[in-house]
Amino acid sequence: MSHYSAWSLLRNALTGHKHWERAWRDPQPKKTYDVIIVGGGGHGLATAYYLAKNHGIKNIAVLEKGYIGSGNAGRNTTIVRSNYMMQENTPFYEHSMSLWRDLSADLNYNVMFSPRGYLYVVMSPNALDAQIRRANIMRLNGIRAEILTREDVMKEAPYLDFSANARFPIYGAMLQPDAGTARHDAVVWGYARAASDLGVDIIQNYEVLDYEWSGERITGVKTTRGDISAAKVGIAVAGNTSPLAQKAGLALPIESHVLQAYVTESIKPIVNHVVVWSASYFYFSQSDKGGLVFGGHIDRYNSYAQRGNLANVGEVSQALVSAMPSAARLRVLRHWGGIMDMTPDGSPIITTTPVDGLYLNGGWCYGGFKATPASGWCFAHTIANDKAHDFNAGFTMDRFAKGRYIDEAGTGPYNHLQ
Amino acid sequence: MLRIDCPYCGKRDHEEFSYFGDATKPYPGLEVENHDAWVDTVYTRNNPRGIHTEFWQHTLGCRRWLVVKRHTVTHDIESVIPASERTLP
Repeated sequence: MSHYSAWSLLRNALTGHKHWERAWRDPQPKKTYDVIIVGGGGHGLATAYYLAKNHGIKNIAVLEKGYIGSGNAGRNTTIVRSNYMMQENTPFYEHSMSLWRDLSADLNYNVMFSPRGYLYVVMSPNALDAQIRRANIMRLNGIRAEILTREDVMKEAPYLDFSANARFPIYGAMLQPDAGTARHDAVVWGYARAASDLGVDIIQNYEVLDYEWSGERITGVKTTRGDISAAKVGIAVAGNTSPLAQKAGLALPIESHVLQAYVTESIKPIVNHVVVWSASYFYFSQSDKGGLVFGGHIDRYNSYAQRGNLANVGEVSQALVSAMPSAARLRVLRHWGGIMDMTPDGSPIITTTPVDGLYLNGGWCYGGFKATPASGWCFAHTIANDKAHDFNAGFTMDRFAKGRYIDEAGTGPYNHLQ
Repeated sequence: MLRIDCPYCGKRDHEEFSYFGDATKPYPGLEVENHDAWVDTVYTRNNPRGIHTEFWQHTLGCRRWLVVKRHTVTHDIESVIPASERTLP
């Protein structure tokens, strides 16, 4: 794989762009690997990359049932931040931010990481108190956070509704200046290319249906196109975690729910941050192509359908127009859904399992994209060492039975309310 | 929009209802101290890619609790019964 640089761009431009190489190899799968990662999304590919890079494991395959990045990695609203509160979460997400900052250079692929700032707008003094608490926790963990007054928010985001008629008048905001967005597809392709260059086989259109067993130990997978053996199997399949886990005899606390996302037609640059408008559960930013990228709540009923319906469209449109009245003139270009693996505390699972040879990465709810680098980094560590790293030590399967929930939302053990 | 056929109110948009998840979990009696049984009921979920048996409450209508059988990919609703008539597996 040739190195991307200004020089290689010039060289290829001068030769008619006819000599660019495939970004990642497309090999036939071998009969056996040291590690199989099931799931060719951001997390699976990042895991394979860090297994090769950090742990020197050479013989790895990523098995993807469709094309890489066709799941939630290609469907999210691209937000990257580390404004978490629970101590099991905060260092993990900040580790992810540190990986994001160097990711394009590390992968030699422009993932368009844009630390444009994450602006959490609040509508009451009590909501601001909650954000002050969160900002203080962030600062105690070495993460920059600022509290903004209404006047400050007016300067940062003048397009929001500051009129006397506003149904939910803006009171202030919390800003994480180092948070922002990244280009989700580029993250998938960047990790795929870098992993492939380190010898990882990326195998598309192979769906894992079941496992190979030797007694109580998993020794490989059975796919739609044949059986492949491996000493270790790690699953990173987000919304499809339950069926694959159940095949291994694991009972999990996961419910799959649909999350919808939207993009408007392109307009000139106006929204310079990721904005959360907390009167509703609503967030938006502007992509570099110019469209507003936005979304709200999950639909709140179990679903594996990667599509939405009009109830959410109505809810989210109301929020967009209330937050940014001028957006009422915009046309929505695209609208889609992903499958969220919701846990009872809204926090993820990255762990060894009671089944020998099987490792689990899932339960990301709707927050997996920002975690992509750290999730891959930690899952690779867990697989290579048969033990969690400090960063994912809290992300266990059995924390619910032990009363050690990582309950960011504080809404109780209801998957659909996280 | 899911259309749920409430036995009391007729076919209504799902926005009139509140979802309350898996309806197949029997609750141990409050006097039961079996930790594993409680963990299973409160946390463990089948989460089928197929027919799901679930609670909906008609909060903006008659406020009755219903048990709905719905396919989690097609969203087709197979049946709607009052929760009082459900039989646990």
